[in-house]
Amino acid sequence: MKTLILRTASNYLLPLLLVFSVFILLRGHYLPGGGFVGGLIAAIAFVLHAFANGLDNTKGLLRFHPGFLMPVGLGLAFISGLAPVIGLDDPFMTGLWFPEPFPVIGSVGSALFFDIGVYLVVIGVTLTIIFTISESA
Amino acid sequence: MEILLAIIIGVLYAAGIYMILRRSLVKLIIGIILLGNGANLLIFLLGRITEGAPPIIPEESKVFLEAYADPVPQALILTAIVISFGLQSFAIILVKRAHKVVKTDDLDEMNATDEDS
Amino acid sequence: MLAAILLGFLFAIFLVFAGKFFRGKLAVLSALIPGGLFAYFASFIPQISSGEIISKTYQWVPAFGVDLSFKLDGLSLLFSLMITGIGFLVFAYTASYLRGHKYLDRFYGYLSLFMAAMLGLVLSDNLISLFVFWELTSISSFFLIGFNNTNPASRKSALTALGITGFGGFFLLAGALLLGSITGTYSISEMLSMKEAIAGSEYYILAVIFIFVAAFTKSAQFPFHFWLPGAMKAPTPVSTYLHSATMVKAGIYLLMRFTPVLGDQEFWNITLIIVGGITMVYSAIHALFRTDLKGVLAYSTISALGILVFLIGLGTKAAFLAAAVFIIVHALYKATLFLVTGIIDHQTGTRDVTKLGGLRKIMMPVAIAGILAAISSAGIPPSVGFLGKELTYEASMHAETFTIIIVIAIVLTKILLLWAGFVAGIKPFVGKLPDAHKDVKAPGFLMWAPAIILAVLGILFGIFPMLIESALVKPVVSSLGADASDYHLALWHGFNTVLLLSAITIAVGIFLYFFLKPSAKLESRIGKLEFISPKSITEKGTHYFSVFSAFWTNVFQNGYLRNYVTTIVLFLVVLVGYVMFGNPTVLIDYRQLSEVTAYELAVVIILIAGVFYTVFTKSRLAAVAAMGVVGLAICLIFVFYSAPDLAMTQFSIDTLTVILFVLVLYRLPKYLTLSDYKMRIRDGVLSVALGTVICLLALQVLAEPTNSEIGDFYAKNAYIMAQGKNVVNVILVDFRGTDTLMEIAVLSISAIGVFGLLKLRLKSTDRSQ
Repeated sequence: MKTLILRTASNYLLPLLLVFSVFILLRGHYLPGGGFVGGLIAAIAFVLHAFANGLDNTKGLLRFHPGFLMPVGLGLAFISGLAPVIGLDDPFMTGLWFPEPFPVIGSVGSALFFDIGVYLVVIGVTLTIIFTISESA
Repeated sequence: MEILLAIIIGVLYAAGIYMILRRSLVKLIIGIILLGNGANLLIFLLGRITEGAPPIIPEESKVFLEAYADPVPQALILTAIVISFGLQSFAIILVKRAHKVVKTDDLDEMNATDEDS
Repeated sequence: MLAAILLGFLFAIFLVFAGKFFRGKLAVLSALIPGGLFAYFASFIPQISSGEIISKTYQWVPAFGVDLSFKLDGLSLLFSLMITGIGFLVFAYTASYLRGHKYLDRFYGYLSLFMAAMLGLVLSDNLISLFVFWELTSISSFFLIGFNNTNPASRKSALTALGITGFGGFFLLAGALLLGSITGTYSISEMLSMKEAIAGSEYYILAVIFIFVAAFTKSAQFPFHFWLPGAMKAPTPVSTYLHSATMVKAGIYLLMRFTPVLGDQEFWNITLIIVGGITMVYSAIHALFRTDLKGVLAYSTISALGILVFLIGLGTKAAFLAAAVFIIVHALYKATLFLVTGIIDHQTGTRDVTKLGGLRKIMMPVAIAGILAAISSAGIPPSVGFLGKELTYEASMHAETFTIIIVIAIVLTKILLLWAGFVAGIKPFVGKLPDAHKDVKAPGFLMWAPAIILAVLGILFGIFPMLIESALVKPVVSSLGADASDYHLALWHGFNTVLLLSAITIAVGIFLYFFLKPSAKLESRIGKLEFISPKSITEKGTHYFSVFSAFWTNVFQNGYLRNYVTTIVLFLVVLVGYVMFGNPTVLIDYRQLSEVTAYELAVVIILIAGVFYTVFTKSRLAAVAAMGVVGLAICLIFVFYSAPDLAMTQFSIDTLTVILFVLVLYRLPKYLTLSDYKMRIRDGVLSVALGTVICLLALQVLAEPTNSEIGDFYAKNAYIMAQGKNVVNVILVDFRGTDTLMEIAVLSISAIGVFGLLKLRLKSTDRSQ
């Protein structure tokens, strides 16, 4: 499947799709989207790149094993749930918010960090599965 | 449309179970996926379907002003879709490994436990 | 008081870590724990005998009315003192009896676990916590009986004991719940004030039966008695402690504890008299046919427990007094006899009474203990046993009905028990020393001292009954709801019928002892009747049950996925189909349904076609592609019906699934045509039936009104509480965030699973195993 057009296109598509996935992730709280979908889109971006350029190139681009995203994401999600317990003695998963909304992103709170955690885990899981399979296939 | 959806669900269930009842490993996985889709649609339908009113609060207001689709079944199904991906990928790999180790893809030949083999 | 109970548990846990220090000489130090507890409980004697009741409550599960509440009254004090006092002696005795045993620390751990559980049982004032401690005693007893776990007979006896007492435990729980629902409380003290309400309840009989089954299994009453002789496989300290002095009396305790609540009713009294009566006579006769010393003692213990149940059943003040005294008497002499038997077994290596004799020449202190205990057991003055027997006769003679039969039964039992006591306590020490035992060594101090202490106490309390009268006996009677302040224990009551009965008992008993020697011939004779005993009936029942369950399991767990699925689906179809056709009211309100537009119809047709193609195509690739089409069609349905998030997710997942399949497809087996035509028809019919049932079910549910309360709550509060406008996303990351956290954890696990399955290569040697 290493056609020239696909390879060239995928080089541009990868950053575009990644930016798109982050966009989907961030707007999830207000409009359709969120960590799950964002993560899946990002994963598809990498898979597409791998199809066009070969798995090794994509892996080189990533620099680390996608599996590492799983503990990072899980940790982030867990800490965002734990923050109110440590900081304010509130129950686990109480929503915390910055008082003023940020430009572009909107209001930022612990739920956003939680969603980012989900995003990372989904990328990690999907890429781990697909990469492992294509390596051994 | 509800009747059509119910029929679709019935078809998906029937096809899923039929495929699970085959002896071929690959068909088993396809059956599980079809059955999962059927279950998702069933939850979706039973949560009542609403046309053109996604559960998203309009930009200027803080609460819903008009009718909206029930968000709870949607949240459930979203979770189910993602989880079923994990299940499917694991099942596919399990089948692949089993095929390699046991050297058969007939489910009926896989029923012996470790002790016997 | 909580600390006193927890001490045993803590010590048991401590032994897990520091056990190795207690295997050697330090082992005897562990006796300090029951010793200290004994002193602690003894310090309450003045308060309790003046009529006080000490109670402490710690909240446990307040929502269900389950507390850790403890009550120390006369009854629980007597039991606490027995548990800790005999515990002290048994702990010390064990240090010598099991000296150098590899698992001595483990043994002490189980023992102190048991002691703590037993203390908790007798001190609990809450039925639920009583049940918990009750089960703990059963469990620790299981470990102790099976202590020699390399011996199959030990393991079997342990299982039998656990089975029977655990069975009773269920009934205790059922009884507790029933009483709880009648009275609205689990506190035993509070139940005391509701005696009328309980007796008037329509569930009274049922509650009493449940409590009875619990008590009878624990206290080895007929027909549940047979686990106790088997339990004698345990090391002798265990038999002494659990199976004669304390645990088997838990059932007696339960009955006594509930006498003021449930007692004084015809059903209660008559059942107890009958069961206790049968047990005492049946097992006293059984004792005659044993040659194993422990067997003799086991049956005489069951018989003594029968006497206690019988006395509780009589329900008069005199009977309660007799029961209170007899508990003390029995604990003292029976524990002594067990300890003595243990010493004989330990030194000579046999417990066969036909091979023993003349041991007084070697172990004089043990002989003294044995003979004193035998005297107390026989009820010969001036022992405390005499007191107990007099009171028992007194109580029996005042029974309201069938007085003659009752008196004959109790006298017969006492005669046979006298025989059993003499055989165990005197026979091994008198007569000629067999040659085989000429060079038997004398036991150590730690072994014979506990026996002698108990035996001497048995005589001392007989001569000075005031030692126990107001301190122990009377508070027990008042805990049972009777007033005994006008009664005085004394050896001499003048010439009367009771004294005559005593004289007859002693004379006939001694006569019997000289003329009926235990022999293997007698033992084999009763063995012939074994097949109709409750034990063998139960064992046969268990056997057939396990044969049946093996058969049943093989029918259903046959290893064919197809059969499992078929069974489940068939069951579902038949059951749901039956209900639906039973009331065929599938009302579809056509006005409520949404319109079908042309593009929706197109999607539906594509979807159904995709499904059919997936199922019937012969090519795997085509099947996967068709499945992708099905997924996309579903995605469109989500778009039409206001679920943009679902559509996006479904789309991405569908893409990834297809990629996944394509990646591994060529490594996967080709489609095979394994099933024949007939099978496919059968499966097809089943599948279509399921599809139809699900379809009809969905339609029927649609006809019911919905409840969107939860969805409305989330929708209303999504922005106000969680500052989000996409309600689905808010539910996922905020309202139900913990669920999502678990979900992504599960996803990670599946990814790790995939990684492990593919990357970790088993070595060929591992695989062949």
